Amino acid sequence: MLLEVEGLCVNYGHIEAIRDISFGVEEGTITTLIGANGAGKTTTLKTISGLRPVRAGRIVFDGTDITHLPPYERVKMGLSQSPEGRGCFPGMTVRENLDMGAFVRKDTRTPAYQQDLDRVFDLFPRLSERVNQMAGTMSGGEQQMLAMGRALMARPKVVLLDEPSMGLAPKLIAQIFAIIDEIRAQGTTVLLVEQNAAQALKRSDSAHILETGRIIRSGPGRDLAGDASVKAAYLGGDV
Amino acid sequence: MDLGALFGSFDNFASFTVGGLVFGAIYALIALGYTMVYGVLQLINFAHSEVFMFGTFAVAWIFVLLHGTSDVSWSLGKALPILLVAFVAAMIVSALVALLLERVAYRPLIQKNAPKLIALISAIGASFALSEAMGLRDRFAGWFGLDHKLSNYVSPGAARDVYSNPVSIQPHKLFEIGGYAVSDVDIVIIVAALLMMFALDQFVRRTRFGRGIRAVAQDPESASLMGVNSTRVVQVTFLIGGLMAGAAATLYMMKIGSTRQNAGFILGVKAFTAAVMGGIGNLRGALLGGLLLGIMENWGAAVFGSEWRDVVAFVLLVLILLVRPSGLLGEALGKARA
Ligand SMILES: Nc1ncnc2c1ncn2[C@@H]1O[C@H](COP(=O)(O)OP(=O)(O)OP(=O)(O)O)[C@@H](O)[C@H]1O
Ligand SMILES: [Mg+2]
Repeated sequence: MLLEVEGLCVNYGHIEAIRDISFGVEEGTITTLIGANGAGKTTTLKTISGLRPVRAGRIVFDGTDITHLPPYERVKMGLSQSPEGRGCFPGMTVRENLDMGAFVRKDTRTPAYQQDLDRVFDLFPRLSERVNQMAGTMSGGEQQMLAMGRALMARPKVVLLDEPSMGLAPKLIAQIFAIIDEIRAQGTTVLLVEQNAAQALKRSDSAHILETGRIIRSGPGRDLAGDASVKAAYLGGDV
Repeated sequence: MDLGALFGSFDNFASFTVGGLVFGAIYALIALGYTMVYGVLQLINFAHSEVFMFGTFAVAWIFVLLHGTSDVSWSLGKALPILLVAFVAAMIVSALVALLLERVAYRPLIQKNAPKLIALISAIGASFALSEAMGLRDRFAGWFGLDHKLSNYVSPGAARDVYSNPVSIQPHKLFEIGGYAVSDVDIVIIVAALLMMFALDQFVRRTRFGRGIRAVAQDPESASLMGVNSTRVVQVTFLIGGLMAGAAATLYMMKIGSTRQNAGFILGVKAFTAAVMGGIGNLRGALLGGLLLGIMENWGAAVFGSEWRDVVAFVLLVLILLVRPSGLLGEALGKARA
């Protein structure tokens, strides 16, 4: 297992946002978390990245217990995230945002770094046309591409994507999912949170359904996508 | 309206302008401390005035240490070696006070996610504590048996009184603008302040760590996800504010030559005003606000009488904020959005 979450509990004050969550992410796979609004998906990802303190449970990444490591140490170890709502730096250009993604890297003057930039520009040609545009002036879809590209610039072992298709037009959603496949094909492990459950489950090696802070179902993505009760609750009936 | 008539003569107008620029440069350097901390933490470091005040004492102490306590009047050239040491010492002392503030007055609150209002109260308390600690310096000196050694240059009997630099720096006229004798001291102050600000601006814009500071200012949570150590960024922000305040303190002591335990208050308020005027969170705004404030308050003093100087400064601030609520240049370091 590249990433393992065991019995994770996180509180906001007295509110239990997630309770006793356990799952693993196998190297080279896509793992998806789905669930209704407020189920605790974002909280789970933020906790894995170290932005929320853990009340109980532990997180093991690449063989190391990272439960209490500060966020920047986790990034250095190869754990990167494209957060919900994108979180681009509005007052920085596209290029500066991508450089921020590589903040922990020491090789920013090498050809390898340039290759990684090119790889991001291949995945998102729109970004290469806009390198000098301020991120704050980009459209929502462009900012989403930037946030994903930025997360890849860290050269992560695993990338956490929180609702990358949020607020995008259907055509762009299909493109984003194709890119997620491509990211995995290039060898990066993906932990995905999605509201577009049908599209997400279809390509997931394993998936977990969250409800009010707990995991209520787990299984290979295709199995869950084919399950009648899952269809009724999360997929609007048709896959 | 005929400005010349207002100022009595154009000669005075020029002299008030240049004089204002000199003070404006000092305001701007102090304003950087307010603006940087605000940009990163959205918090007004009320105690920054004390960071500056400690710097002014460091300058005087270095002169006592390296020259002694006999009152003399030196040219800038003669004072320069000690002045350079004092410059470094003041930057170190101010930076240490700033780091102490961050550690004691702010970090515990930030870690608990306390409301900004609580941090502001903590800052006001820290400001009084630092100022009174300096007021007690002679008593501290007494504990170490130093009081008689220091008595020569501490005004007799009054611990809290003005503390003068034994070496007063005699300005030397270089050239004249409209009847105002521009001195070497004036030039050094303006050039040094501009150089410091230029260096800082480049640091924040061009370096990797500078980009990290801007990232925390724009979106702290995203910055953490990029691997920025936000505690370190906050520390460095305070450190930079302290270094700039220490530099300002040296320039201030060159010009004024004396300080006191509450010397930071009025300069702090002015510098804060300058920061808000230029757009708090914006480095270039601090420069513009500082220079503008220095000039305008001097003009105001010329037109309405010097007792109105501070009133003019604040009326100006209110007028500018009415027209441009986020200051002249807006919040570039912070929430700049197009
Ligand atoms: N900062 C916060 N303070 C208090 N409660 C919070 C905070 N963030 C999240 N919560 C609560 O924690 C629960 C889980 O929220 P979370 O954002 O993880 O849900 P989610 O599954 O990502 O939902 P969505 O699909 O709407 O993004 C919710 O009940 C939410 O109200
Ligand atoms: Mg969410």
